[in-house]
Amino acid sequence: MADQSKQLQDQILAARQAGTKLNITGGNSKTFMGRVAEGEPLIVGEHTGIVNYQPVELVLTARAGTRLDDIDAALAEHNQMLYSEPPRFGGSATLGGTLACNQSGPARPWTGSIRDQVLGIRLLNGAGEHLRFGGQVMKNVAGYDVSRLQAGAMGTLGVITEVSLKVLPRPAASVTLVQDMPLEDVVGFMNARAAEPKPLTAACWLDGKLYLRLSGARSAVDATADKWPGEIREQGDAFWRQLREQELEFFQGDAPLWRFSVKSTAANPGLDGPWLVDWAGAQRWYRGDASLADMEALAIAAGGQVSLFRGGDRQGEVMHRQPDALKQIQQRLKRSFDPDGLFNPGRLYSWM
Amino acid sequence: MTDSVATAESASPGRAELAGLFRDFIDPEYVIDDEETLRPYECDGMSMYREMPMLVVLPETVEQVQRVMQICHRYAVPVVARGAGTGLSAGAMPHAEGVVLSLAKFNRILDIDPLARTARLQPGVRNLAISDESAQFGLYYGPDPSSQIACTIGGNVAENSGGVHCLKYGLTVHNILSVEMITVEGEKVVLGSEGLDSCGMDLLALVTGSEGLLGVITEVTVKLLPKPEKAQVVMAGFDNVQNAGDAVGGIIAQGIIPGGLEMMDGYAITAAEDFARAGYPRDAAALLLCEVDGTAEEVQEHIEQAENLFRSFGATSVRTSQSETERALLWKGRKSAFPAVGRISPDYYCMDGTIPRGQLAHVLTEMQKMSEHFQLRVANVFHAGDGNLHPLILFDANVPGEFERTEAFGSSILELCVEVGGCITGEHGVGIEKIRQMAVQFRDEELAQFNALKAAFDPAGTLNPGKGVPTLRQCQEYRAIKPQPQPMEA
Repeated sequence: MADQSKQLQDQILAARQAGTKLNITGGNSKTFMGRVAEGEPLIVGEHTGIVNYQPVELVLTARAGTRLDDIDAALAEHNQMLYSEPPRFGGSATLGGTLACNQSGPARPWTGSIRDQVLGIRLLNGAGEHLRFGGQVMKNVAGYDVSRLQAGAMGTLGVITEVSLKVLPRPAASVTLVQDMPLEDVVGFMNARAAEPKPLTAACWLDGKLYLRLSGARSAVDATADKWPGEIREQGDAFWRQLREQELEFFQGDAPLWRFSVKSTAANPGLDGPWLVDWAGAQRWYRGDASLADMEALAIAAGGQVSLFRGGDRQGEVMHRQPDALKQIQQRLKRSFDPDGLFNPGRLYSWM
Repeated sequence: MTDSVATAESASPGRAELAGLFRDFIDPEYVIDDEETLRPYECDGMSMYREMPMLVVLPETVEQVQRVMQICHRYAVPVVARGAGTGLSAGAMPHAEGVVLSLAKFNRILDIDPLARTARLQPGVRNLAISDESAQFGLYYGPDPSSQIACTIGGNVAENSGGVHCLKYGLTVHNILSVEMITVEGEKVVLGSEGLDSCGMDLLALVTGSEGLLGVITEVTVKLLPKPEKAQVVMAGFDNVQNAGDAVGGIIAQGIIPGGLEMMDGYAITAAEDFARAGYPRDAAALLLCEVDGTAEEVQEHIEQAENLFRSFGATSVRTSQSETERALLWKGRKSAFPAVGRISPDYYCMDGTIPRGQLAHVLTEMQKMSEHFQLRVANVFHAGDGNLHPLILFDANVPGEFERTEAFGSSILELCVEVGGCITGEHGVGIEKIRQMAVQFRDEELAQFNALKAAFDPAGTLNPGKGVPTLRQCQEYRAIKPQPQPMEA
């Protein structure tokens, strides 16, 4: 438990004075994401501790450097969970980094993303001001939603120092069903399942097999598992954990890893190579060399966007490119939070 | 008006000239400049705040919206976007020197994709129409604000509307995939995509709930949910509010997330029962309505748990709906609580604070003291699951000074909400109504950041000026006068 906000603030003010840039780090679990980092390290990973946790309110507040593992442990005591299932990346992932990179797991289409869980934040802006946005209650529409704006901003708008989250009870029961299915059938099948009022909480396809997870009340899970085809997989939770942590064989090796966030029903892009379909079709992973421009065309055809998630050329752009009007808005937004461009220069886009 | 509108690049044209410019490309009938036809636009659902606009325009195409925005941008004319005008914070109140941009003509459902479970909508589509149209596919749209018969999806995005099912199904921000927005300069941009997450900072979330201050929404793509197999509601009466509040905590601690979890106090129970004859226990001090939805098996399991739990928390009566008719009847009382209270008072003022649920008994006790102090009755309706409190202050606008006292009472309630860790608005928005209380919830540095953020979208400050975020000067004035409540009547 350590409140480092004063030290972080001092470092920002010093950097501003000296004209140096800052590279915000947490648990160093996501250094592979975004473009190559520049600047002196600003270490948020020691700004840790759960500040407030009210299980009955379903709200937890923790400093940004708190490891997700520590939050899991606190939640588990009250049978609650981080329902967006963000990756822990070997235990070093922090709450602030998870929000900044908008990382969520297999349950995302059903229970929501880390961005959906967020209720409020504290943030150090480029002037070193320690600001508070949102709150610790479920509903709050006072002021702009600066908290959720941070999701995916990769620290370019400021240093997240504290996050308040909605948490939920763990499901009472969980069952994983597995069946064989070719890639061309899987997207339609997954979406048809997702359109039924059943306790589906994950749907993934890999190597000719479809994996569905049912979770919720024991009676609902059992009744649905009886009705739907597929073999029950023992220790199904291990599969979903490995998927979330990118520990499956699919994710190993050095080939560039591309992430497509697309319309769930879109036909799979006609690109040979290894694919993994998650989120009932809304997230597709591809391994292989390609140019961002070529991948963007495929993503647009599928109603979404693409990013070069891991590996490949990280000097060039790695995120789906933005139209000019949005580029200008984002540059102006950046200046409104960080007028001197201190934070994570070039990490998200070369032009920011 | 204290808001600053930047100097125009050329002198602003007058009403007639501006109307003429718009009539070049909009059906002349839909450019309104006569007093009589302008009148209905002078306020929204928050009718205590009124202002006559210079002009109202009702464009019919996105291109027309873009041209309206371009012209207003050129002359620095304020633009107030308006949906159905059901808002409860005067967020759509016109600007005296500005244009009201009504999206009423954009009322088409463009596409429903049953397999992908999405709907593409024009902004003027009514909230309830989305669920009605989706029902044929076994789908519905989650957020259901009380005004859902009339309110539109564009306004829902602007306010980040909620409803009685938020705890389980989320707010508007959780249920939309993308919006098409016209910037203050008249450019068309798309925020979000047909995928769930987009690259970079979350502009879609930022624009949701921004009260028309960042852009004008011209299309919305929403997510649809499969309609639950079954829903049942348990009604429980309690002889004190504390027990009811504890029972809400008990349900959550049990691991049940109800589809809806509503509480009413004694005043609201009686008013609703007189109105709806739903069979509410008139002698109860607090009433809980707990709706469980899901598969048939799940509902049965959770309903039994909820009944037992309410009894263990001292419920004096417990009743579970045995049919869809009975479920609808039990909800009817709650849904008509506002008009029901309206019957027992000439006017009422609906507040919208949120609090941590554990503070409920304390807040209700304090509110009772305020009620005596201000000599005004208050009835309480509470989205208990998510901590959103709607105190209804009863008053008579025809009694001189009574509205001022009502406002002061409301102000004290909102300050109490902030004091106990909550906030000044859960779903109605800040608008003009709560702009002064923004200074209670936020410090100057935060308000300055909000204003800087606004300037990134709207440097001249012409989009819905005077709403949502106060200027620092307004805050200082408010803080200076705050400690003096309005005097009692002589």
